[in-house]
Amino acid sequence: MKKHIQMQLNGQSVEFLCETSGTLLHALRDSLQMTGTKEGCGSGDCGACSVMMNDTLVCSCLVLAVECSHADIRTVEGLAAGDALHPLQQAFLDNAALQCGICTPGLLVAAKALLDKNPDPTETEVRYWIAGNLCRCTGYDKIVRAILDAAQRLRGNASVNELQP
Amino acid sequence: MTKKSAAIGNEAPGMAPTIIGTRPVRPDGIDKVTGRARFGADVNLPGSLVGAVFRSPHAHARILNIDISKAQALPGVKAIITAEDLPVISEDMALINNQPPDFRDLSANVLARGKVLYEGHAIAAIAAIDEQTAHQALLLIDVEYAVLQHVVDLHQAMEPDAPLLHEHLITKGITPAPKKPSNIASRYEQVHGDVEAGFAGADIVISEEFTTQPVHQAYIEPHACMAQVAADGQTDIWCSSQGQFMVRAYCARLLDMPLSKIRVIPLEIGGGFGGKTTVYLEPLAVLLARKSGKPVRMQMNRSEVFKATGPTSGTFISLKIGARKDGTLVAAQGILCYQAGAFPGSPVRLGCMTAFAPYNIPNVKLIGYDVVVNRPKSAAYRAPGAPMASFAAECLIDMLAQKLEMDPVALRLLNAADDGTQTAYGVTFKHIGYRQTLEAARQHPHYSAPLGPNQGRGVASGFWFNIGGPSSAAININEDGTAVVTTGNPDIGGSRAAMAMMAAETLGIPYDRVQVLIGNTNAVSYSDLTGGSRVTFAVGMAVTQAAQAVIEDMKRRAALLWSVEPAEVEWLTGNAVLVAEQKQLSLADIAGQAARTGGPIAAQANINAQGAGPGFATHICDVEVDPETGHVKVLRYTAVQDVGKAIHPSYVEGQMQGGVAQGIGWALNEAYLYDENGRMLNPGFLDYRVPVASDLPMIDTVLVEVPNPRHPFGVKGVGEVPIIPPLGAVANAVARATGVRLFDLPMSPPSVHKAIKKAARRRR
Ligand code: FES
Ligand code: FES
Repeated sequence: MKKHIQMQLNGQSVEFLCETSGTLLHALRDSLQMTGTKEGCGSGDCGACSVMMNDTLVCSCLVLAVECSHADIRTVEGLAAGDALHPLQQAFLDNAALQCGICTPGLLVAAKALLDKNPDPTETEVRYWIAGNLCRCTGYDKIVRAILDAAQRLRGNASVNELQP
Repeated sequence: MTKKSAAIGNEAPGMAPTIIGTRPVRPDGIDKVTGRARFGADVNLPGSLVGAVFRSPHAHARILNIDISKAQALPGVKAIITAEDLPVISEDMALINNQPPDFRDLSANVLARGKVLYEGHAIAAIAAIDEQTAHQALLLIDVEYAVLQHVVDLHQAMEPDAPLLHEHLITKGITPAPKKPSNIASRYEQVHGDVEAGFAGADIVISEEFTTQPVHQAYIEPHACMAQVAADGQTDIWCSSQGQFMVRAYCARLLDMPLSKIRVIPLEIGGGFGGKTTVYLEPLAVLLARKSGKPVRMQMNRSEVFKATGPTSGTFISLKIGARKDGTLVAAQGILCYQAGAFPGSPVRLGCMTAFAPYNIPNVKLIGYDVVVNRPKSAAYRAPGAPMASFAAECLIDMLAQKLEMDPVALRLLNAADDGTQTAYGVTFKHIGYRQTLEAARQHPHYSAPLGPNQGRGVASGFWFNIGGPSSAAININEDGTAVVTTGNPDIGGSRAAMAMMAAETLGIPYDRVQVLIGNTNAVSYSDLTGGSRVTFAVGMAVTQAAQAVIEDMKRRAALLWSVEPAEVEWLTGNAVLVAEQKQLSLADIAGQAARTGGPIAAQANINAQGAGPGFATHICDVEVDPETGHVKVLRYTAVQDVGKAIHPSYVEGQMQGGVAQGIGWALNEAYLYDENGRMLNPGFLDYRVPVASDLPMIDTVLVEVPNPRHPFGVKGVGEVPIIPPLGAVANAVARATGVRLFDLPMSPPSVHKAIKKAARRRR
């Protein structure tokens, strides 16, 4: 028997049906056609599926869709405000912090969770925070730089913060 | 042709490049930071079925019977296929142009025929209405096996009494041909000069044995595809791969279809590193779609990726070098054994060719063996075959430096290959920049920075051929003078940006007036796949030539509008100029009046790009080894590379940094582990540990630019070289930090700890 779930997705109320064994990742990708969130392992080891659930960073492949009833879910698709990119997105582009780009959505969501908590992280803090987000292409150098750059932009420009969804 | 392009590219007076060498945002950037970009698993058609693969639990077994009746009876199951559904490929259809892959092997790899050769080997595939049903159906497939003795170990596989994977495999490359089959698929010999005489003249000889483990490309995006077959057999495949034309050719040959019946639509690719230069799911999806009459989508899980795709070979390498007292290398000799996996075809030859390529050594003799074992068929991985051979060679060079108490960079400089050096594999180097990388490394502040206790600094170099090959590009000029570049090569790491930059630079228009499209196999001419560090070089050459053809056409059209001879018209920074009359028409002006000068404006270049410049790199690595745990921490890393000319320096640096990270993983953590039944113990990212952000420091890069005169902008391939030196650089750093040398990768904490303890016992 499928379950009916209602939740907030990037500030919008959505509804879908799911198996009790279905994950949030599958609900997002298959039922809601929100394919920005990626699947790299399905076992919580790569971070490609990172999303925010009630302001907590989670691997959506480890969350059951039925757990999300009335939850507030935020994905990479909700980062930009209309056509205004989030400073993290802009910093990733400016710093060439993506090569293939499959890890990028998860890293952006994870990085935003860090900067929301800690607006002025050290390089080491960034490296440990994103240690759960694998990137096989970049060697992380430009990703770490992009996150530090975005942090600086966010600190230096209060008005940019208001753009955050 | 190339001379002319060089002139337009960067040598014409007053036309210094304005875009090449800058760092604009990539054309596909916005899509990739907003989640809009569509990767292999992101397409879905209405009514599509979900495909799943039934895989062997055994490392080696004969298939006695496959019973699909129960699975077929499950409601929601729409199609099931086995090797029976694949055409039998005759011997004369086994190869295309005498090149690997062998399609009989590839066919038996995508669906096992008679025998399974590794755990995870595909036996059947199912299409069902949803994932749950497909997985339920997998449990209902009943296969009867006769389990055979297996062999995953390289040495054991080479023994005369080893279990045979292929009962008819006779070693190639030995005359007279052996009478008995074995697991040694082929022997390769590379002889240069006279090694006996060379070693006779040596004052110092060092020889050692090395092993490396199979490592996976570990792209974060698992293999995924979708196929649809129309009633007339017209087939569409959406997939992420390193080459849509490769997928088309391989599927056509495996399924005995004409190329024209298949259209492959490339999606974004979430990493490949060589591992997506072949097919696994695509032919199965086509068969299932054909059988069910519905679109079928398939996606591997991570465990399937580890067990049934890639990795690169595990190796055993025994090498010996001889030098004179002053450090001059006089001879090198050795045996290289590479695991091919379940079917022949390891990159051992490339290992032999690259091992000592950075050095001018008059006498070299290397013998390579390609060995089949009960592991997944090896696939290309970034500079296939080179990192392992180079690891062994660079360790020996470092040991020689230690023995002679010479600076390791100075020793390399003394023996460095130069323009005119004849390599052991045959070619004579031209326009190479190896020596320059050594000089730059020596002058880098990193090289003379102080080291603390338990810390050590290692140096290593590497060489990779780089290739060109058949390549295509088309440029359409829109009515407003903007341009659309179409190529046939998936963008795996920012190549759209490089293509747009070269087109814009040549046309003389701003970067943001160029769009880049990766065409499907019906929309653009054939191009070899994205691999061999060839795209920016070879496809870039095609883009530049297409842009030059546009310019010629523009001049002709401007001449028509001005009623003068085309020869009187010049092209300067995006404008047709009639110098004598001080008249000027911009590209947009001409494009807007295209109807008056012959209709739409477009050009195309289809070339077989020649003259790829070889790549060289020298890396410096500092490590700190914890003597209590054996843990190796990489403290500082600098990669120096001759890149010819960096079109977009950020993406060149990115290639170098990414290659270094993969090399460090190979050196320190990554390995396939097996149980006694030949089943993989660590088929997931938790236990197969690729480097994470907290494992690594920033990776410093130095771009040396010794231009390649055969490319309009001087480009040399850059993607593969950077994975070669790290294995040796890390090992040499560990040896210098601890005083103990490790010859086996990975240098995991337990093995480093053991080596330190053993050395301490010996000292007592
Ligand atoms: S897909 Fe969820 S952590 Fe990898
Ligand atoms: S950019 Fe490819 S995995 Fe990170």
